[in-house]
Amino acid sequence: MGTLNSTLKFYMPVLTIVPTIKSACLPRLVQLSHLHTSPNSQAPVPALPEKGGKTRHGIIPEEIFQLLYPKTGVTGPYMLGAGLLTYILSKEIYIINHETFAAACMGTVIIYGVRKFGPDVAAFADKLNEEKVQKAQEVKDLAMTSLAQAVLDEKKEQWRAEGRQMLFDAKRNNVAMLLETNRRERVHMVTNEVKKRLDYQIALQTLHRRMEQEHMVNWVEKNVVTSITPQQEKTSIAKCITDLKVLAKVQQAKATVAI
Amino acid sequence: ERDGRFPLGEKRLMDVKLGELGSWLGKRDFTPNGVLASIRNGHDRYYNKYINVKKGGIGGVAMLLVGYVALSYMWEYDHLSEYRLWEYDDLRVPTTYSIIHLKAL
Repeated sequence: MGTLNSTLKFYMPVLTIVPTIKSACLPRLVQLSHLHTSPNSQAPVPALPEKGGKTRHGIIPEEIFQLLYPKTGVTGPYMLGAGLLTYILSKEIYIINHETFAAACMGTVIIYGVRKFGPDVAAFADKLNEEKVQKAQEVKDLAMTSLAQAVLDEKKEQWRAEGRQMLFDAKRNNVAMLLETNRRERVHMVTNEVKKRLDYQIALQTLHRRMEQEHMVNWVEKNVVTSITPQQEKTSIAKCITDLKVLAKVQQAKATVAI
Repeated sequence: ERDGRFPLGEKRLMDVKLGELGSWLGKRDFTPNGVLASIRNGHDRYYNKYINVKKGGIGGVAMLLVGYVALSYMWEYDHLSEYRLWEYDDLRVPTTYSIIHLKAL
């Protein structure tokens, strides 16, 4: 028969109690269970041993044979067993009764069953164990890969965080540009307003001058027109007529010369 | 009871000499805690040697069953001694049980 771990489920509740009591009372004993007894242990859990303690014929531990080998050789324990058996039977410390026959029959059947079906059951149990271990291994591998991926992602995020400086520079540039634009707009506005006010003053002054000029001209004209007396008018008209006659004579003279 | 073997430096049973047996037994811890600890100790040693392995054999469970059989036989001995076939190491003196049942054959 192979591993009976899966069938010894009744051990599991006890095993869960054992570590708690053990960590409270016992000092750390190295050859005991494979569970960590103190909360500070960092070493990995050692693997299970491959094979258990050896037993001869399934029920007698090998240590008895090793113990008696130096003194009695190989057949020692067997002789011990035979002698003990004889003693027990003859002194009737073991009483032969109807149950002896039942025990013999059961023993035969059990031994036959174990011999015949042992290896197959062992292989089956080993396969079950393999599957369990494989599942646990898959979980572990998955966890490892996901954690490694998480580490890579974290590094990438750190690299990205360094790039934030460039982002801040760009933003600072933007803000500076906005401020500059605003300043220039206001400067323009100021210039325009000042220019408008100055233009107004200039227009006002030219208006003043023009009005004064026109007014003066009108006043002079009016005065001159009113100062021209009728006498002056007659003499000027007569002079104009005589001038015109002279001019006509000159013109005629020019015309006859030309022909 | 194997409690306190390592801290106190007490020897194991196999290392104790015959003359020291009395004093060794006196040093052992017989308080309830000590008894429990030693039971737990023994259980753990047996469990880790024969059962908590990758490829265990039949020996782990078979030894427990044989031990159980032997223990139950010892507890039932008084009842079973009524079915003895002869008494006082003398095969010529049969018991009532054997007289009755062998005569019936």
